[in-house]
Amino acid sequence: MKRIDKDTALRLLKNSDILDLGEKADNIRKTLHPKAVVTFIVDRNINYTNVCINKCRFCAFYRDAESPDAYLLGKDEIFKKIDETIALGGTQILLQGGIHPELEMDYYIDLLKSIKDRYSINLHGFSPPEISYLADKHDLTIRETLVILRQSGLDSIPGGGAEILSDRVREILSPKKIKSSTWLKVMEEAHNIGMRTTATMMFGSVEEPEDIIEHLDAVRNLQDKTGGFTAFIPWSFQPGNTELIRNSEFGIRNSATAVDYLRALAVSRIYFDNIKNIQASWVTQGLKLAQVALRFGANDFGSTMIEENVVRAAGVNFCVSKEDIIQAIKSAGFKAAQRDTYYNIIADI
Amino acid sequence: MSEFIKNKVLAGERLTKQDAVSLFKSDDIFSLGRLANNIAEKKNDKSAYFIVNRHINPTNICVNRCKFCAFSRSKGEFGAYELTIEEIIEKLRVANCELRISEVHMVGGLHPDWPFEYYINMLSEIKKEFSAIAIKAFTAVEIDYLSKISGLSLADTMVKLKKNGLDLMPGGGAEIFVEDVRNKLCPEKISGDRWLEVMEAAHMAGIKTNATMLYGHLESIEDRVDHLLRLRELQDRTGGFQAFIPLSYHPRNTEIGGFYSSGIDDLKTIAISRLVLDNFDHIKAYWIMLGEKISQVALLFGADDLDGTIIEEKITHSAGAMSEEGMTREELTHLIRKAGKIPVQRDAFYNAI
Repeated sequence: MKRIDKDTALRLLKNSDILDLGEKADNIRKTLHPKAVVTFIVDRNINYTNVCINKCRFCAFYRDAESPDAYLLGKDEIFKKIDETIALGGTQILLQGGIHPELEMDYYIDLLKSIKDRYSINLHGFSPPEISYLADKHDLTIRETLVILRQSGLDSIPGGGAEILSDRVREILSPKKIKSSTWLKVMEEAHNIGMRTTATMMFGSVEEPEDIIEHLDAVRNLQDKTGGFTAFIPWSFQPGNTELIRNSEFGIRNSATAVDYLRALAVSRIYFDNIKNIQASWVTQGLKLAQVALRFGANDFGSTMIEENVVRAAGVNFCVSKEDIIQAIKSAGFKAAQRDTYYNIIADI
Repeated sequence: MSEFIKNKVLAGERLTKQDAVSLFKSDDIFSLGRLANNIAEKKNDKSAYFIVNRHINPTNICVNRCKFCAFSRSKGEFGAYELTIEEIIEKLRVANCELRISEVHMVGGLHPDWPFEYYINMLSEIKKEFSAIAIKAFTAVEIDYLSKISGLSLADTMVKLKKNGLDLMPGGGAEIFVEDVRNKLCPEKISGDRWLEVMEAAHMAGIKTNATMLYGHLESIEDRVDHLLRLRELQDRTGGFQAFIPLSYHPRNTEIGGFYSSGIDDLKTIAISRLVLDNFDHIKAYWIMLGEKISQVALLFGADDLDGTIIEEKITHSAGAMSEEGMTREELTHLIRKAGKIPVQRDAFYNAI
């Protein structure tokens, strides 16, 4: 398989026939995953707080600390959620919050340790913005911060907060959030100390096709260096209840369509010759388009999301059970298999 | 996809039952999509149509109670409703004032007490106030029922309805023609033969209609193909069908239960319909049923119409539709443009507005 360059990728994204593009991505998916197995993980998103100082304009989830519906989950609530997850066959907790200004490193160390003391479950947590904030707050390097978190029980890191890795776009979307280089730096350090992470991309807001390609290229370059990304997960901006759509000066009138999604997904599959897994995002696209995505480059259905709060806050809520996911995978013509965080298959369905 | 079928389609030859079955069994969705799109563009260029319309369901009270339906109620049951003609007119006034609608789509249950005159008055009252709005109303099932309660022949029923303002008929109630599946699905409903007979009578009376197929429930691939071929055969004789609309089954709140069809099956069904129904001008990706996302992708798989603004939809939403109940003109044109097609706002007869 010959690696494609940025110009080719841009041309594919902007001007190619969508069916030809899909077929190309589908063929690559078949080569990388010849057994026609589509994987999923049983996990739960626990958003320990919705208080966030970043206030990204595309986000409908964050609250000020003073807001009447601001929350910080207590340990008992978190344990209860983990009990439920394990009862449902879950193998992973995705622990992610806002950037809460009053939480110190001790809070995180204690939380991670007390979870690990009680449970044998993979802790997938804290995207780069949270880790970078903690490092700054305690005057630690990113590496030191990661080592502390890891020693306390953090296993792997989700790829959130990447949005679009272009500082021009980030300046508009999320001026208070870490810049592209910091996101990449956190991921590089994590990989260097042996942690695996995913990478995401949120497109369909104010970016240009060129920005999407820059994003893919930055992730591919880092993967060349570290090999630490397990999967790439593109999804589209969900505009409900966000500042970006409320304020007309940003000029967003429509969200990304199904065709835009399939294009971005297929180009991702083609571009990443060094990332094995591409996730379909049923949470943002619905099960039917996620099924179609399995023929446009995706080989994984992501998480069963026993709980999900962030996309839901933007008004998108597809009510889906684990059985629905398995059925969706099968009726799309694939075998379904439950996997762990590292894409090892733990149960054929 | 076999070169044999591809060459046949490109040479303008008709697909056989066997050809169509083999297309359903193939997983080469890309060749299928390209071929269907090729045919769609031969018929309609790059146009993708939509209409500014409103749906009205005059009543959900129905004597049939089909097993796949979550909309119908018996008389006196909780949730049963019936609209007066004045209420129908009022809904149209609001819609027309906001949007200048071209069409009202009106289907409902088979009400046990409403006389034929009620339907006649409904049509003529609507026409009196809204002469520019096309009335697309009554599925073949309702027409059969109206013919029974009026004591008129099918032909006379059609003439009377037309005289009082009926312009077009939707394609509902076709479900799946093949008898054993139909008997499990909707034993009370008219047979497939009768459905085709009503449509033929409508076409003979100069009323254009649509045709539908409900798929993804208990039927086999062969049943689907049989359904398509019977429509093609009638169309050969009458030319009265405007559009074919495959309808994906929705399992929620129905007696049959089961699952949603897959997005891939939806796209294949659209594409194969486009290829088999060579005498139909239009294949509609009805966004209420397929969802906004799959409908848009269907424009790349042979569909050339998304239906319309709709405003209020009850039947599919009773069975767990995940789409909105209405879309704006801007949303529809945006979807079409992003699929690389040219949006054309149409009237009820597919004239560009």
